[in-house]
Amino acid sequence: MAHNQDGNHTQVHYVGDSRVRADRPKMYPKDYSEFPGRTEAFFPDFLLKEWMVAAVFLVGFMTLVMAHEPELGELADPTNTGFLPVPDWYFLFLYQLLKYKWAAGKFVVIGTVILPGIAFMALMLAPWLDGTKERRPIKRPVPVGIMLVTLVAICALTWAAEYEHELQLESAIGKTPQNTKVIAQDEQGYQIYAKNACIKCHGDNLEGKNGPTLIGTGNRHTAEEITKYIDEGKGTAMPAGMFQGSEEEKRILVEWLMKQKQQ
Amino acid sequence: MLRAIYDWVDERLDITPIWRDVADHEVPEHVNPAHHFSAFIYCFGGLTFFVVVIQILSGMFLAMYYVPDIVNAHASVNYLQNEIAMGAIVRGMHHWGASVAIVMLFLHTLRVFFTGSYKHPREFNWVVGMLIFAVMLGLGFTGYLLPWDNKAYFATKVGVEIAASVPVIGPYIAIFLQGGDIVGAQTLARFFALHVFFLPAALLALLGVHFILIRRQGISGPL
Repeated sequence: MAHNQDGNHTQVHYVGDSRVRADRPKMYPKDYSEFPGRTEAFFPDFLLKEWMVAAVFLVGFMTLVMAHEPELGELADPTNTGFLPVPDWYFLFLYQLLKYKWAAGKFVVIGTVILPGIAFMALMLAPWLDGTKERRPIKRPVPVGIMLVTLVAICALTWAAEYEHELQLESAIGKTPQNTKVIAQDEQGYQIYAKNACIKCHGDNLEGKNGPTLIGTGNRHTAEEITKYIDEGKGTAMPAGMFQGSEEEKRILVEWLMKQKQQ
Repeated sequence: MLRAIYDWVDERLDITPIWRDVADHEVPEHVNPAHHFSAFIYCFGGLTFFVVVIQILSGMFLAMYYVPDIVNAHASVNYLQNEIAMGAIVRGMHHWGASVAIVMLFLHTLRVFFTGSYKHPREFNWVVGMLIFAVMLGLGFTGYLLPWDNKAYFATKVGVEIAASVPVIGPYIAIFLQGGDIVGAQTLARFFALHVFFLPAALLALLGVHFILIRRQGISGPL
């Protein structure tokens, strides 16, 4: 067969395999009694529809890509102690789990092995754990219910992780801006700032010590927000009632802080 | 002309049955979005594969510029994103594609779960799908480190610390991931190898099995 020395160009025939024969009549739909209705051939009819769906999907995807350029942070610096680590969003729920007391410290094995292990094994073995013939969701309430509860828990944990991360970012020692000049440092606002506890955490030159920098705070917040932070505190680090002055002094302080704008 | 070339090749290699095997099968009505709009939920698997193809292609182009060592990694990503024509688009596709792949994979998994499609005789394909999910998460975790910025570095450090806290095998996992005692040069090289060679190879093998099983067993019937 391989050499074909007699010069006869006979068709190569493969035997003993399960492939469709080349001489099989082409494109006749098979009898699909299992799926009554309008079936169609995978190629090219159905694939065309899949491609149309993919084209719509691709437009949306490329819009996302063009609208949001991916970030590239500063070069990794292992000595940076102030950086708040955060995993990619799809790991946030696992990360959040480890923050709870019952799944951290002594019990960390609950958060790292037991809960994720049970969840993953249950998912893996779902066909055997849910071994009935019934396929409708309504007819198998237990597996569907467990899945729904798990989904809600994952969403809630992810949301909680994101929320706490935002809070931490706000009360963390922020990055010092390029232009560190304090605006209107000779005004009364600065004296009120220095007289109160503000200066202890936010620094002599608003550079931020135990709290975030206030340079450029006028760009980030409204006067109402700043008043609220002074009255009620902010995040986990800034307690309420740190400001001891009068209402009039508070108004001057807020006005002065609103002047702290960066280009 | 094309026909003659095809016939010449086909006579020798008998390729017709191979692609006919892929092309000639009926797709039932209940998964066809042209007949029932709600059948778009059956497109999630195909779209996941589509995103995987986007990831492989964009990743191949990123690899033309990316340098996997701690001195140059960050600079090379910065360069390819800001200096190369279309670099921001290619990196953007890979960056967002990673998230979108997880989302589509998640939706596909939920579709299969809620329609009970993992039941007899498709149990094994569900297990293969779960393995694909694990490999995709591994690709996400290893890929996150590669730009070597602070976010990447500290996220990986925390991830490795969490893995290290697992009883008994934890320290071994940490050493395997780090390639040493700290997250450093070895870790980056190792994550690069995992991200570009080992995990994609595993992913393609599992996808092959996934598709062959779908072809053998057909799509599960309507509810």
